[in-house]
Amino acid sequence: MPLLQVKDLEVAFEKEHEELVFVDKVNFHVDEGEILCIVGESGCGKSVTALSIMGLLGQQGRVKSGEVLFNGRDLLKLKEKELDQIRGNEIAMVFQDVMNCLNPSFTVGNQMAEAIRIHLGYDKKKTKEHAIQLLEKVGLPDAKAVMKKYPHMLSGGMRQRVMIAMALICRPKLLIADEPTTALDVTIQLQIMKLLLELRDEYHMSILLITHDIGVVAEEADRVVVMYAGQCVEETDVHSLFKKPAHPYTEALLQSVPTIYGDPARKLKSIPGTVPENYQELEGCRFADRCSYATKECYTKQEYHEVEPGHLVRCWKGLLNNDKQ
Amino acid sequence: MEHKGNMQRVTKRFMKHKLAVVSLIFLLIMIILAILAPVIAPYNPNQVSGGFSKPPSMDHLLGTDQIGRDMLSRLLYAMRISLFVGAAATVISTLIGVILGLLSGFIGGVVDSIIMRITDMVMSFPYILLVLVAAAVFEPGLWSIVLILGFVDWPGVARLVRGNVLSIREMNYIKADIAAGMPKRFILFSEILPNTIAPVFVYATQVFAISILDEAALSFLGMGVQPPTASLGNILNGAESITVLTSKFWLWVPAGVLIVLLVISINFVGDALRDALDPSV
Repeated sequence: MPLLQVKDLEVAFEKEHEELVFVDKVNFHVDEGEILCIVGESGCGKSVTALSIMGLLGQQGRVKSGEVLFNGRDLLKLKEKELDQIRGNEIAMVFQDVMNCLNPSFTVGNQMAEAIRIHLGYDKKKTKEHAIQLLEKVGLPDAKAVMKKYPHMLSGGMRQRVMIAMALICRPKLLIADEPTTALDVTIQLQIMKLLLELRDEYHMSILLITHDIGVVAEEADRVVVMYAGQCVEETDVHSLFKKPAHPYTEALLQSVPTIYGDPARKLKSIPGTVPENYQELEGCRFADRCSYATKECYTKQEYHEVEPGHLVRCWKGLLNNDKQ
Repeated sequence: MEHKGNMQRVTKRFMKHKLAVVSLIFLLIMIILAILAPVIAPYNPNQVSGGFSKPPSMDHLLGTDQIGRDMLSRLLYAMRISLFVGAAATVISTLIGVILGLLSGFIGGVVDSIIMRITDMVMSFPYILLVLVAAAVFEPGLWSIVLILGFVDWPGVARLVRGNVLSIREMNYIKADIAAGMPKRFILFSEILPNTIAPVFVYATQVFAISILDEAALSFLGMGVQPPTASLGNILNGAESITVLTSKFWLWVPAGVLIVLLVISINFVGDALRDALDPSV
């Protein structure tokens, strides 16, 4: 049984009394100890998916249907109190915006201590030891000094490390990282990503990594889910994603990334157009208008089907595209 | 830098406002005088100790009132009462405002609507009239005026707190708290409240000043603190007649000046606090 299984998740937002489905029947699972990347461009529903797993949608958003099974329990059916037992303890989350992820009124040590006290109920001395140990684990030099600092005295990378340390307090089974490196510069990105990989091995946890950076996917992921316009369009392991992408969107995404290997004369391709507005209303493939392979069959409903074991794609052509090349 | 460092920064910024520092010193002296009134007052404020309406002399530094009570003693006791009324009304209204504002902002939905409509209602009453009616319905006196002022002053605080909660609630660190499974009570009181306390503190100084003025107004109109208990307002009440106004300045000038100075210095301190506590400066 997978650790986390998302089944037919549908999330809708209310806008001027109209209900817009932003996440449309999303399916994926995360196995124990693996890193699953959800990749896709801005506004395709990656973060909303993550937030709805954690029950953090807020007032406008609503899960319409579907199941989020964590260790066999449907998180969507739990009461807030029961969910609080799982959040922080078994599932932890790291956010994208490191600037206001920590409470500006308290020191790092104070905030960590509160979380440790509430979750683990340690006494003062043990709490402090645990906090320092965690801060050292995430690679913060001089953890004792960091404990006494206020968030505004830390750099972005340090803050993200503190956030990760706080996420690790209860040794969660699953870490959801919502674009953890987007707000950081490239060298720090690499360090944070390395840190996540190390922690995965040390804590034997699964990571659900949400990103729009295909480079991150190549570095980190075991398996990948590609999302486009609120739907999963492809799911496979990381090797076949890069070797034989089945969905034209994935292929286009890969071609739009510069590489330092390969032919320097290769022209970088871009995907024409933008994500269609009101994509909820489209009947057929939502990528069809931007797809270079589109035919009239593409404007009918597309099934999410398996083309190879463990390789799912939402395109009627399946692996055909690869044969053409 | 530890928390002490933060306090030092606030103090340093506060010290830049010379007027506020002077005001603060003045206020502290006045508060000490008010507290020590029973010790330092030369006479019992409610007992006749000299001739009627005598001008200032060595025996009675600020003269005596119309029935021969020592004005200096009365003034000290009056300040005690007025500061107490101001402070108590401020504490009550701030408490009500903070609690309602927190609930309103954090729970939202129907609760928010109900609380905010009540707030609008209280705000839309003609203020002095409400206070007068309330003072007439309940027996006028020290505690009733404290409660009345406490009740009319909370809507401002409630709105302020609600607004702050609404913006803080959307911050990522609150989301992170929820994601970390922290209990709601903890999030509300330990995460949101401390971040909204500074503006509330500044607002409370204004409420304090206004409460002192309102007490004076009510007592002046005879609906506030009842004689023989002295308050700054009912000392002024003695100045209603033209003769007193024109020829017996010692009966009303000290009380009037004291009110003005108290209110102005509280406002200066409040302004400086706003600058000192605002982290964005």
